[in-house]
Amino acid sequence: MEKLKVLVVDDEPGIRSGVIRILKNYTIGFPFMEEDFSFDISEAETGERALEIIENEGADIVLLDNKLPGIQGIEVLEKISKKRIDTAVMMITSYASLDIAVKATNFGAYNFVPKPFTPDELKSSIENISKHLFLKRMTLAMKEEGKQIRFQFLSVLSHELKSPLNAIEGYLKIMEEKQAGENINDYMSMIDRSLVRIKGMRNLIIDMLDLTRLESGKKKRALCEIDINELANLAVDTIKPMAIQHNITIDSNIEKGITIEADHDELEIIFNNLLSNAVKYNRNGGKVSLNITSNDANITITVSDTGIGISTEDLPKLFEEFSRIKNSDTRNITGTGLGLSITKKMVELYNGTIEVNSKPNFGTTFKVVLPF
Amino acid sequence: MSEEKKLVLIVDDDPDYLFQMKHHVESFGFDVTTAESVAEAEKAMSRKPDLAILDLMMETQDAGFILAYKIKKDYPDLPVIIASAVTSETGLKFNLDTEEDKKWIKADLYIEKGIRPDQLHREISKLLKL
Repeated sequence: MEKLKVLVVDDEPGIRSGVIRILKNYTIGFPFMEEDFSFDISEAETGERALEIIENEGADIVLLDNKLPGIQGIEVLEKISKKRIDTAVMMITSYASLDIAVKATNFGAYNFVPKPFTPDELKSSIENISKHLFLKRMTLAMKEEGKQIRFQFLSVLSHELKSPLNAIEGYLKIMEEKQAGENINDYMSMIDRSLVRIKGMRNLIIDMLDLTRLESGKKKRALCEIDINELANLAVDTIKPMAIQHNITIDSNIEKGITIEADHDELEIIFNNLLSNAVKYNRNGGKVSLNITSNDANITITVSDTGIGISTEDLPKLFEEFSRIKNSDTRNITGTGLGLSITKKMVELYNGTIEVNSKPNFGTTFKVVLPF
Repeated sequence: MSEEKKLVLIVDDDPDYLFQMKHHVESFGFDVTTAESVAEAEKAMSRKPDLAILDLMMETQDAGFILAYKIKKDYPDLPVIIASAVTSETGLKFNLDTEEDKKWIKADLYIEKGIRPDQLHREISKLLKL
């Protein structure tokens, strides 16, 4: 069990004992962590005393009230920031002043806990901050081990995973309190939206698995002769149910007898991503065409749709991780913002290239060239 | 005090967060108008709201700041709240290093998303001097 040191700085004994009571037997575990976190709590009733404790004993998390008898919380934070002490500070505030919030953010406060808070609110803030500390330490450890640093990526990932959870939690709270009345039918849109967000999360997890596999290199790639015709048809079959739902026809024109030495799963991901995008971003009743040709040097795969297209300004962002084109046409399409970035990485694994051509309201064509 | 309900403009690119905020703010007894982007918000401003709540990260990472700036330019007295989950969710922080940066953020209040509805209600009432 890993211990995190929490320091509570508040002149009200009630708040200090409350925090201790709430966190004493609280532990946090995440599926990606080997050990749970538990908390060692110390307390200070003034800012001066808090600084002493932080300097002598250190603290991982400081819960800091702003109104203190001597120096104010904000000054404590300023000193921590100036001395570059590595600790995560949560300000306990009543959101009273933007001034303090801005200053606190400036001095590196991690977040704000409203006062008065409930045990659950404190726990959820502590959970967030623990996750943050864990990721930070992991990043440091990775740096030390000379591994690739992907903190930015992990941060964005945690945002992407949390926003659907927040949305679903928000709906459930409304339902729990029956805020829209007794009739279940009045909650249908909230239930539907929750299901949509869950689906989005599931897709994100699938994409993440693809990406992790790609980046960790843990799973061995199994290279073998693959019949492109067979694989492409399999991908078309996979996507068909979704196409039927949207009344979209898929035409495929695949040269027979092309084989390439590749990993089956990786090629499948390329096909699945391109075809599912062509269906997702199409219009009702539209068309998708898949063409595969080859010459001595390479295979050319083109996937065209008759969909909403992509504007010139949006094109450069297309292959970035977590970038999603947001406009009124894409509002109701769920996506993770990872599909194309994964596809591009896969294509590059084979020293291939991927190009896109698009005309808004007419459609988009992706062209992938894989050398033999 | 006038009988007419106060109008609150809420701007956020997450349709679910928008729906839930609308739900809560309406339950406080306000009229609500919503927008999912800066452009939509500017359109919605044709009817002047009494208060605006803006998400920070929308089309761009600082869309909320830009929108707040525009709103305050037209209506300096209109209270503006910027809501964000950026700090608690991602650990990323604002960089407001200079006095100039601080002046640039034209908002009356910054709140972290996930604020309790009753707390939000209090903050709105305070800003509207109700």
